Amino acid sequence: MRRIHGFLLLLFALAFIPPTRADDRVLHWGGDAEGGAPFVEADPSDPSKLRGFDVEVAEQMAKGLGRTPEFVQVSFSDIDQSVQRGDFDIGMSGVEDTPARRKMVAATIPYFEFHEVLTMRAEDRGKFSTLAALRGLRVGTLGGTIAYELVLAAEKGAGVICVSYDDDVHPYADLRAGRLDAVLLDNIIAARSMRRVPGLYTEPRPVATGHYIGVLASGNTALRDRINDILRARMRDGTLERIYRKWGIWDAYQPAFFAGTLKEQENARQAAEHGSAMQNLDVVFRYIPALLRASLITIVLSCAAMALAVFVGVFIASGRVYGSAPVRALLTIYVEVVRGTPVLLQLFVLYYGLSSVIRLPAFLAALLGLGLNYAAYESEIYRGALEAVPRGQLEAARTLGLTEAQVLRLVRGPQAFRIALAPMTNDFVALLKVSSLVSVITVIELTKQTSIFAANIGSWVVPGILCAALYLVLSLPLSRLAGRLENRWKAATE
Amino acid sequence: MSILTITNLRLRRGEREILRGVNASVAAGELVALMGLSGGGKTTVLRCVAALETFEDGVIDVGGVVLRPGPQPPRGTIRELRTKVGMVFQLHYLFEHLSVMDNVTLAPVQVAHKPRAEAERRALDLLDALGVAHRRNALPRELSGGEAQRVAIARAMAMEPPLLMMDEPTASLDPARRGELGETLVQLTGTGRTLVVTTHDDDFARDFATRVVILAEGEVVEEGDPREVLTHPKHEATRRLLQSARKADNG
Repeated sequence: MRRIHGFLLLLFALAFIPPTRADDRVLHWGGDAEGGAPFVEADPSDPSKLRGFDVEVAEQMAKGLGRTPEFVQVSFSDIDQSVQRGDFDIGMSGVEDTPARRKMVAATIPYFEFHEVLTMRAEDRGKFSTLAALRGLRVGTLGGTIAYELVLAAEKGAGVICVSYDDDVHPYADLRAGRLDAVLLDNIIAARSMRRVPGLYTEPRPVATGHYIGVLASGNTALRDRINDILRARMRDGTLERIYRKWGIWDAYQPAFFAGTLKEQENARQAAEHGSAMQNLDVVFRYIPALLRASLITIVLSCAAMALAVFVGVFIASGRVYGSAPVRALLTIYVEVVRGTPVLLQLFVLYYGLSSVIRLPAFLAALLGLGLNYAAYESEIYRGALEAVPRGQLEAARTLGLTEAQVLRLVRGPQAFRIALAPMTNDFVALLKVSSLVSVITVIELTKQTSIFAANIGSWVVPGILCAALYLVLSLPLSRLAGRLENRWKAATE
Repeated sequence: MSILTITNLRLRRGEREILRGVNASVAAGELVALMGLSGGGKTTVLRCVAALETFEDGVIDVGGVVLRPGPQPPRGTIRELRTKVGMVFQLHYLFEHLSVMDNVTLAPVQVAHKPRAEAERRALDLLDALGVAHRRNALPRELSGGEAQRVAIARAMAMEPPLLMMDEPTASLDPARRGELGETLVQLTGTGRTLVVTTHDDDFARDFATRVVILAEGEVVEEGDPREVLTHPKHEATRRLLQSARKADNG
């Protein structure tokens, strides 16, 4: 027994040892290679290697520290949490300088100045020089960024419609396709997209200014300070300028930014890192209406998708039970294809894949995607339930003169529904949560809003609890209602 | 006048020949007991008449509606057949999700398109006559076996078919209940109804049937006045049937 206890204790202890990367010869740096050029991208001539200006800045840091750089892939929105956990020493790939971020992690001095710029279709050139000029129009951006905050503020102030994306490529494609009227993002991203997507125009006057920084775990200020020294030295000796010029991102703003950064008193910045706790609480309250609105989207989308799934599912099930051989074969193919492929893929195909044929609004695409996907699952439940109704019930109905359609509508259907209720409730509760996938096609529902919230305040604790509570509030009454119905019917049939 | 004529009815399922040329005729107003050992084909004959089974050979004529061998008869024939013959199943098969009243009124409202109020009045009369009116709001699972049987009779009677078939109505009843059922069936024939009832119970047949038809191994082996046939059986199968009934009684 004691041995087992010892073993368990050991396991327990191991589970709590943080996964540190305390290797003094390697600088682990985290970034998102999906962000692509010119930040970090796989080298087209050798995809096992990386290139980009962030790659070269990281190399400079490693060199200054006397270490070798080693890249760790991390999703862009998780960089702060990941570095805090100790997955790597420093995170950097277009990481923006925000007060919230400075509060959570140890931030380096900024090493690049960028501008938030508006991109529009070439034919709209000159029409929108500010966000305010876009009243009533749709502006896309990358969720959880400074640009997103700006568009969100403009939604309240200037009445623009904010459309959030999970990546910085699709907004420009949607702009060209007419789903958006403008995109607000970093000038580097805008310039890159202008090269890829024809027929766009970017307003040169910036909407706002921001900086890229490196982030380290909050306890790791010693390494941060050494890196700051290296960054300043590379600003002074022109190394950073050379890198930026190489990647075509050196512009007229950088010299002044460099000069300012080198002069700036480090102390002032350090002081700013310790904001008051009150401010945090304020942020929480500021996000509650957004979370409630997102819950509404989740519940409306789930209910509508479920209604569609039930409606289509009933037809598929009836077709598979009563239909002719070709009808049955077609419906079987539908069910197998839909059940056999990821709903994420189906949403992408519906929204982006079909956009050249039919341009579905995001909410409608989400509703159709989820509804038609769940219809396949529902139809299987109904088919099983229809087949579970005893034959005697059907024969009794037939001998009374009911037609086959009446037998289905008046006897078989109602009895099958009682059998199907429990698995249906189960599916609906599942759908409520699966609906969070639709954020990939720009619908901001509860989970997405929570992750934006979490990214902004730099913590998942409060947003996570609020989000979980809201999901429970949505799903519990439903399970209880279904449970009560089931009990009533069970009491009646036992 | 014959309301049901079965001529040379043959039915096989796979290798098994279940009916090997059944011939029978039922006149209006009769109460015919169809008897035989289990597996003799009694229930199958009823199911063929109700067009719940297809058959290989022979002709069934139910009050002018003619069923022939082959696949399901056309819809029009089925519809007409349903107005001629009703059926009470051994296990009743009341609609589990409907109350007693709704079980009885379903077909009159949905098939005969009677106004609901009228259908309910008629249903209440039927349930009352059968002694189960007080159970009109109950669900099938709440009924005793005898109550469920009487509701099933009411449900079939609500469509007023001239011919009513009952599969093993005596199987789950004690002797007192059996007597009550017999009285009820005799009353029904009094109102011009014709009944065909399958049963194992020779006492029941003797007491209430106007005629008995003995079925053995897919054939009619003997028929006639119940007292005569069941007291002086001519055929070996009839004797075996009576022996097995005695054993069951003593056991």
